[in-house]
Amino acid sequence: MSHYEAPIREPLILGHKSYHDITEDIARPIEGKANKNWYIAFYIALAAMLWGFGCIFYTVGTGIGVWGLSKNIGWAWDITNFVWWVGIGHAGTLISAVLLLFRQKWRMAINRSAEAMTIFAVFQAGLFPIIHMGRPWNAYWVLPIPNQFGSLWVNFNSPLLWDVFAISTYLSVSLVFWWTGLLPDFAMIRDRAVKPFQKKIYSLLSFGWSGRAKDWQRFEEVSLVLAGLATPLVLSVHTIVSMDFATSINPGWHSTIFPPYFVAGAIFSGFAMVQTLLGIMRKVTNLEAYITRLHVEYMNIVIILTGGIVAVAYATEFFIAWYTGSQYEDYTYLSIGSATGPYAWAFWSLIIFNIITPQLLWIKKFRRSFIISFLISIAINIGMWFERFDIIAIVLSKGHLPSTWWRFEPTFVDVGIFIGTIGFFFVLFLLYARTFPVIAQAEVKTILKSSGESYKKLRDDNHE
Amino acid sequence: MSSSKVIHAFYNDDEVVLEAVKKVKAANHHIEEVFCPFPVHGLDKAMGLAPTRIAIASFMFGITGLGVAIWLTYYTMIADWPQDIGGKPSFSWAENMPAFVPIMFELTVFFAAHLMVITFYMRSRIWPFKKAENPDPRTTDDHFLMEIEVHDNQEELTSLLNETGAVEINVVDKH
Repeated sequence: MSHYEAPIREPLILGHKSYHDITEDIARPIEGKANKNWYIAFYIALAAMLWGFGCIFYTVGTGIGVWGLSKNIGWAWDITNFVWWVGIGHAGTLISAVLLLFRQKWRMAINRSAEAMTIFAVFQAGLFPIIHMGRPWNAYWVLPIPNQFGSLWVNFNSPLLWDVFAISTYLSVSLVFWWTGLLPDFAMIRDRAVKPFQKKIYSLLSFGWSGRAKDWQRFEEVSLVLAGLATPLVLSVHTIVSMDFATSINPGWHSTIFPPYFVAGAIFSGFAMVQTLLGIMRKVTNLEAYITRLHVEYMNIVIILTGGIVAVAYATEFFIAWYTGSQYEDYTYLSIGSATGPYAWAFWSLIIFNIITPQLLWIKKFRRSFIISFLISIAINIGMWFERFDIIAIVLSKGHLPSTWWRFEPTFVDVGIFIGTIGFFFVLFLLYARTFPVIAQAEVKTILKSSGESYKKLRDDNHE
Repeated sequence: MSSSKVIHAFYNDDEVVLEAVKKVKAANHHIEEVFCPFPVHGLDKAMGLAPTRIAIASFMFGITGLGVAIWLTYYTMIADWPQDIGGKPSFSWAENMPAFVPIMFELTVFFAAHLMVITFYMRSRIWPFKKAENPDPRTTDDHFLMEIEVHDNQEELTSLLNETGAVEINVVDKH
């Protein structure tokens, strides 16, 4: 009875699967040929990526002046995109680390892709501060290395430098966490490979994983400790990102609510992106037996929870801005001034996409529907982008002096770089979906007997 | 009789292999190795493997990272070139410390995570270009392989392993 699970729990693996079936199912997308839809999606993403790279080269070659920034709005689309991408990354770590600590079995079908999403999203995020430097070849100046400027060091008092440390730690730790989990799965592909070239590549990627009992003992301990380290790490990353704003003295930014509210928003948007990606991937790779309605429902529950935290934070911000009675507070991103001012469209987009639409998930039927979950997840992705845009652009558009008021208009370069990062993200994700085991098959095999449909049915029949 | 001969017993179920390991241990045979496609809970205890100390190592690495962060912030911000930044106390590390908490935390995690993973790779001998050492490709799919050294007791071992539910038993020369 070592594999007992309460009969009331729904199965996580549908159909009658054996261990070998799981191997077959997960190796199939890698060993088979890509279909036409994959190529269409890939070329669209590639075109967007190349357009974005063109815009980046234009920016670097000409200067930051090609963006719609001014002396009052020094941050706008670029930092919006930075915060948006970093936030999206958070769900991957949450699924793989926090849910591991809570022993949630449903994470096993989705953790690999969610972590891939994290890593690819943090790549995109990292691009923006670097190109915003204007001289990206000097990006290494953010590192505390002895230099030729008379030992001038980086400023450890600055939240921007905390960001450098937080993001680079986050990216690198997520990467090794992901790769360590991939080793047994790469080994599985390696041992099945027929073509010599494929065998060579997967031998290299699997680091010669052999699966000894001692290796597995260490593997499980390492996963557990990494999860324990990644949990506070992921919370720290968006906390520190929020401090970029919260430690400044701008009305609208100088807010102690920012760290927890940013972290909740990050998880909210990240789960929405996981929902978007897996909604497509389960179909394309025929993994419907592993990524089920139950997984979608669980993710939607996390979305309702974190979306609720975000909604409460908005209400608090709005109330406090009004309650201060300060006229400067009437130009913050959550105020009557912004709801009726020139950025009303951005304000109402935020409210509709981020607060109102997700409430549909309270209805169980919607929560368990693939198509409605997919549409709502896209709305949340848009809504969370507007949140960051509102925080940055609306707050900066009205400074303390009316003579400095300015309205931000993005140029085609701003838009192009953003589209480029979306393209780059999907290029990476599509390549990943063709070459990597997209489900942690070794882990899924450990829950087959406790949560597989046919095993559960067998046990239930025996009890009656 | 050289001891270069080993028995490879294959199993196709995690519960069966766990019971088999217990039986083989009870019959006082030394199990050289068990190769598994996925972790089997309790297998390490049944085989008599010592608990891993990698978590303790990680803790030590974390302490090291914290120390590096303290030294780095002290040396750069207080000792080498103190500057007045927003009126923060650049003359005393302890008083400037709240601003360094994020760096101290991040470096603790950075050291603990990366050095632990490197330790794991070194101890388990896995790295790029390493050749895999599992004797049969099925052990990464759905088969478990128990490896036992043969010392003039081939018949006895074979019958014991058959009893435990092995689906295939091979005697091979180990190089």
